[in-house]
Amino acid sequence: MITVKDLHKSFGDNEVLKGIDAEIKSQEVLCVIGPSGSGKSTFLRCLNLLEDVTSGEVEIDGDVLTDPKVDINKVRSQVGMVFQHFNLFPHKTVLENVTLGPVKVKGMPEAEAKQYGAKLLGKVGLGDKAEAYPESLSGGQKQRVAIARSLAMDPKVMLFDEPTSALDPELVGDVLEVMKDLANEGMTMVVVTHEMGFAKEVGDRVFFMDEGVIMEEGDPNQIFDNPQNPRTQSFLSKIL
Amino acid sequence: MVLFWAPLQGLEDFLKSIFFRWISTVYVEVIRGTPILAQVLFIYYGLTAVNIGALTSAIIAITLNAGAYIAEIVRGAVHSIDKGQHEAGRAIGLTEKQTMRYIVWPQAFKRMIPPLGNQFIISLKDTSLFSVIAVGEVLYMAKQYYNSTFEIFETLIMVCIFYLIITIPTSIILRNVERKLDV
Repeated sequence: MITVKDLHKSFGDNEVLKGIDAEIKSQEVLCVIGPSGSGKSTFLRCLNLLEDVTSGEVEIDGDVLTDPKVDINKVRSQVGMVFQHFNLFPHKTVLENVTLGPVKVKGMPEAEAKQYGAKLLGKVGLGDKAEAYPESLSGGQKQRVAIARSLAMDPKVMLFDEPTSALDPELVGDVLEVMKDLANEGMTMVVVTHEMGFAKEVGDRVFFMDEGVIMEEGDPNQIFDNPQNPRTQSFLSKIL
Repeated sequence: MVLFWAPLQGLEDFLKSIFFRWISTVYVEVIRGTPILAQVLFIYYGLTAVNIGALTSAIIAITLNAGAYIAEIVRGAVHSIDKGQHEAGRAIGLTEKQTMRYIVWPQAFKRMIPPLGNQFIISLKDTSLFSVIAVGEVLYMAKQYYNSTFEIFETLIMVCIFYLIITIPTSIILRNVERKLDV
């Protein structure tokens, strides 16, 4: 599904990603953990080219994103992204946030998009908020709208960039619940997270990133219960 | 004319051409950095060769002057929109153009209203400077009047009242627009 080959990314002189190789299978839930500054968010953002790649190759479902001939807008429309700070469109209603993509990118008729959007909002438990504006929602509700907005494009992959890090602790559960449902439906997901419980329960595989490389990867039980790399051990001992 | 010219300048950041950007920067800096009175005189006397007349000179001067300030207002408002908005737009597959049109511009426009209102009133008052090139605006007429009657004080009060009659309702209308748009 996603193949990453020798991915490097520098900001000026600062090399943030120092050669990432990864293979993400269809329907897999990959959790990326690691200390701040380890490059995990940058890695995620390279997967839909929100960051330009310095060198290396990213391929999603046959499209080589790093090939300049590829239509990046088309690829992005098939890769959902959920941000730490939601980034909902404040001048649009909740329903308009969800329908904008289908209408403008896919050319779906307005009426059909509205029906579809309402269905997706129901799915994330916000069917009654369609006409509300984002500012009136709680953080957890905003993030669920953001998930619905991504789902509206019917993506092949969903990328989550610390989706619960900006939320009050009591609101985290609802968002994780929605993500869990998605995983159970077979969505391919890459999740940068600090929620070790989620990674353990829902993740099929875990990457531990530090200093711009994948230090250790494995299935969640192995990473959390029996980490091999000393860096992983030290990181986990600090947060668990 | 001012309204047409200014947004064109504001788009500068999105017209990626380095040449265009350079021209725009020079334009904004020169106009902002020199007195409008000097600009009015410069255009009037500088363009005597083409003989465009006082009124046309005045219109060109105010257009160029307000355009520079409005360009900065537009640029500032667009830049003030959180980067995440742009990313969210691109992430759902909108093109750069669509992202600007549906996401960034509507939000930036709201933020432009107060400074644009401010600029409108400033430009309106700046028209009084046209008296120096004998455009028959209010201050010029007033001068002619008090030069013959010597009622300087009374006449100037009338000039001020004239401006206030235009500017105060403008302020009120702008405040209502701001409230409606919830700026």
